[in-house]
Amino acid sequence: MDIKEFLDQDQKKDLLRLLTAGSVDDGKSTLIGRLLFDSKKLYEDQLDALKRDSKREGHAGGEIDYALLLDGLKAEREQGITIDVAYRYFSTAKRKFIIADTPGHEQYTRNMVTGASTANLAIILIDARKGVITQTRRHTFLVSLLGIKHIILAVNKMDLMDYSQEVYDRICKDYSEFVTPLGISDVRFFPISALKGDNIVDLSDRMPWYHGKSVLEHLESVHITSDRNFSDLRYPIQYVIRPSLDYRGFAAEIASGVIRKGDEIMVLPSRKKSIVKDIITYDGKIDYAFPPQSVTVTLEDEIDVSRGDMIVHPNNLPKIERHFEAMLVWMDEEPMKNGTQFFIKQGSQTTKARIDKIRHLVDVNTLENRETDSFALNEIGRVVITTVKPLFFDAYKKNRQTGSFIFIDPVTHNTCAVGMIIDKLSSDELPSKIVDLDVNKIASGTGLISKPEFEKTYQQKGNTIWITGLHGSGKNDLAYTLQRHLFDMGAKVMLLDGKSVRSGLSRELDYSPTDRAEHMRRVAHLCKLMNDQGILVICSFVSPDDSIRVQIKEIIGENNFHLIYIDADIEFCRKNDKYGIYEKADEGTLRYLPGVDMEYHVPEKPSLSFDATDNNNKLDELLDYLSDNKIYPV
Amino acid sequence: MNTPSYSINNLRQLEAESIQIIREVAAEFENPVMLYSIGKDSSVMVRLAEKAFYPGKVPFPLMHIDSKWKFREMIKFRDDYTKEKGWNLIVHYNKEGFESGMGPYTHGSKVHTDVMKTQALLAGLDKYKFDAAFGGARRDEEKSRAKERIYSFRDKFHQWDPKNQRPELWNIYNAKVHKGESIRVFPISNWTELDIWQYIRLEKIPIVPLYFAKERPIVEVDGSLILVDDDRMPKELRDKAEMRKVRFRTLGCYPLTGAIESGADTIEKIVEEMMTVTKSERTTRVIDFDQEASMEQKKREGYF
Repeated sequence: MDIKEFLDQDQKKDLLRLLTAGSVDDGKSTLIGRLLFDSKKLYEDQLDALKRDSKREGHAGGEIDYALLLDGLKAEREQGITIDVAYRYFSTAKRKFIIADTPGHEQYTRNMVTGASTANLAIILIDARKGVITQTRRHTFLVSLLGIKHIILAVNKMDLMDYSQEVYDRICKDYSEFVTPLGISDVRFFPISALKGDNIVDLSDRMPWYHGKSVLEHLESVHITSDRNFSDLRYPIQYVIRPSLDYRGFAAEIASGVIRKGDEIMVLPSRKKSIVKDIITYDGKIDYAFPPQSVTVTLEDEIDVSRGDMIVHPNNLPKIERHFEAMLVWMDEEPMKNGTQFFIKQGSQTTKARIDKIRHLVDVNTLENRETDSFALNEIGRVVITTVKPLFFDAYKKNRQTGSFIFIDPVTHNTCAVGMIIDKLSSDELPSKIVDLDVNKIASGTGLISKPEFEKTYQQKGNTIWITGLHGSGKNDLAYTLQRHLFDMGAKVMLLDGKSVRSGLSRELDYSPTDRAEHMRRVAHLCKLMNDQGILVICSFVSPDDSIRVQIKEIIGENNFHLIYIDADIEFCRKNDKYGIYEKADEGTLRYLPGVDMEYHVPEKPSLSFDATDNNNKLDELLDYLSDNKIYPV
Repeated sequence: MNTPSYSINNLRQLEAESIQIIREVAAEFENPVMLYSIGKDSSVMVRLAEKAFYPGKVPFPLMHIDSKWKFREMIKFRDDYTKEKGWNLIVHYNKEGFESGMGPYTHGSKVHTDVMKTQALLAGLDKYKFDAAFGGARRDEEKSRAKERIYSFRDKFHQWDPKNQRPELWNIYNAKVHKGESIRVFPISNWTELDIWQYIRLEKIPIVPLYFAKERPIVEVDGSLILVDDDRMPKELRDKAEMRKVRFRTLGCYPLTGAIESGADTIEKIVEEMMTVTKSERTTRVIDFDQEASMEQKKREGYF
């Protein structure tokens, strides 16, 4: 083979990422060293340096210590352990490999989870002398938690057990019993000696009873392409490319599914639909793209799309929710503080999130669940999460890309936890539909829906339009027609007037100044309750006393209160009086009528003032006022 | 579904992953910069950036830290290629160091590298208040780099603390930094030397001619083959120069970068040589031998 052929062939190889789990004692570093060495990728001078180092610090007594090749950092070399994830690269004639080398000690769950997050396959090492131990179970649990679909169980140090088939079979049986319930699709067993090189690259003649492949043969041939999700299109927009005003390209790495030119798509969260116009790359337009390609898409229609949005097929939507359950791994030295609002980053979206409930903690050694109210470093548990903005996600099991997220501490900005979404929160799974934090809110009388949330949904301001004026000035006519109009336009609007409130809520009260004050206090609080829940309230009351109107304004809130004054002289009102109230007052059968035997204070600074006799359309003016002040429509 | 048609080869997979990283940085940081060293890895990285934003322009500047002792051919290549491509290139150097006559022959490689490379880099980053800086480092280059994150967090003194790196899972990167803190981003972390050569060949990416073998005036200094690039090299050394057919596996300051004897004048021949006569590439850089674990030490101080 000449060099050109070599390069052309090399270029066609695919890439497999693998994780190795096990402790130094299991011979993990020796196994990796051998994979690197025996696949003839160890550079000459690295070997030279190794021989030098072995004499000074080696633990293998004379022989080449493969582990020394791998331990990068000085401090770690002195301790003789690997304490972080290190990435190694090697290549065979058939495939390229990236190894995430992670330590096996209990305190380093964090590192193993990190290495496992990108791996296609995991090699779990067992010391043949010890068999399946706690650590094996822990590693396997983490591998299944992170969704790795292929496991190689390497039973190492067979040389120290006289290459006994019996020992090997017993370990395989023990492990099978343990691993089966975890539902990992592909688990393979290999009897090896990393130190002697048995069954690593070539099959060993010291274990003639073993008829399988060598570890490397298996690594070269295991199928991984079909592990990717090609069915559910998830295209999380990373960046909008705008080289000119009339061009908008939406750039993303395809998380899952296949996107084709001409596809009908939907953009989340707007749910607007369009057609894929082109799929663009630097190397030309392509007809379709699939994970993990990074491409740019243009659409037929000019719709608003920005970073954090997601393009999907309209008949195959992800979950769009603010509540979900997840398995969380705590990664920070600092334990979790309850009530913290974290940043959550999922796909290309970042928003805020809080942990509403911890269902349980999983003991990684016994795999038993127990109760806890917080997490410390390396602890894992099932939690209920609420986010500020809805996320677009799938269960991690179905989709590694859209089912994963990180939590960022709002103060230190450290990546304090990572999670795998289990599913949308379903109410029947909940012990109670109300989560702990909400119980506190209810106890304090604060609603679970904030006023801005109501206002956003209703598209209006929760304000009070308070119409004041003498009896017969035309308040009710204006109030009632206003409600009709707003209602027809789609507003959520409530009307209160003297008759309706006095017929029930204030029925024991008369028209004396003290009872009038109490009546107005009740109406004002009623307005506030409704305003707080986003409802527009129209009030039509004579409300003659200036000091009481000030009190009303204080109760409702200055910014939510709009005083409308209808200016009418007493003669106009008498003419306009349909109920004969002024006559009754004249006769003396009715007391406390403003303008007759009680003073009406003309408001000093009303928001709006109308002349009752003016024939201009008061309603239109009032509607303009609402619209200009973005009360309705917003 | 016919899955085989959705297979991707290793180079295109690495390319897609690098583009995802570059776009993520452009989207999330206020003021990123791409450090451009003129070397082959940098050239690949810049091509990836061009791909990431095509048909738009790369939305951040490139910055070259000029130690003033780079090979002349590097500077010529930089200026010609930048002009052709229309990049927004910032060239930064340590003015005080330069004016005081700083150089490896007078001050030794350690002081020169610290003042003209590390300090110049930190000053350049501070001057423009960059909150993210792309670098073309690869994990397979050297032992301490094998554990480097894609997003490598630096405190406000640009220091790297190997014990205090953020967990990095999947392809979700944490871009949150406080004022003054920054992130070094290594989008080609997972590429190997062979991948780089393959990609240059495949994409026809121009590289500095020094990478190809040619008869050049060479002096042997402590076992390293040093090119006589200008007359700042002491006369007693220059006088020993002889023409030898050499190429460079890595480019830096000419007095600190050793050549290898080679007849490889095409990419294919370079790869062939690399696959047969294997010498890990950084061993031709003199600075790494200065002290035990020296790369790790330099990283801690803020050098890549």
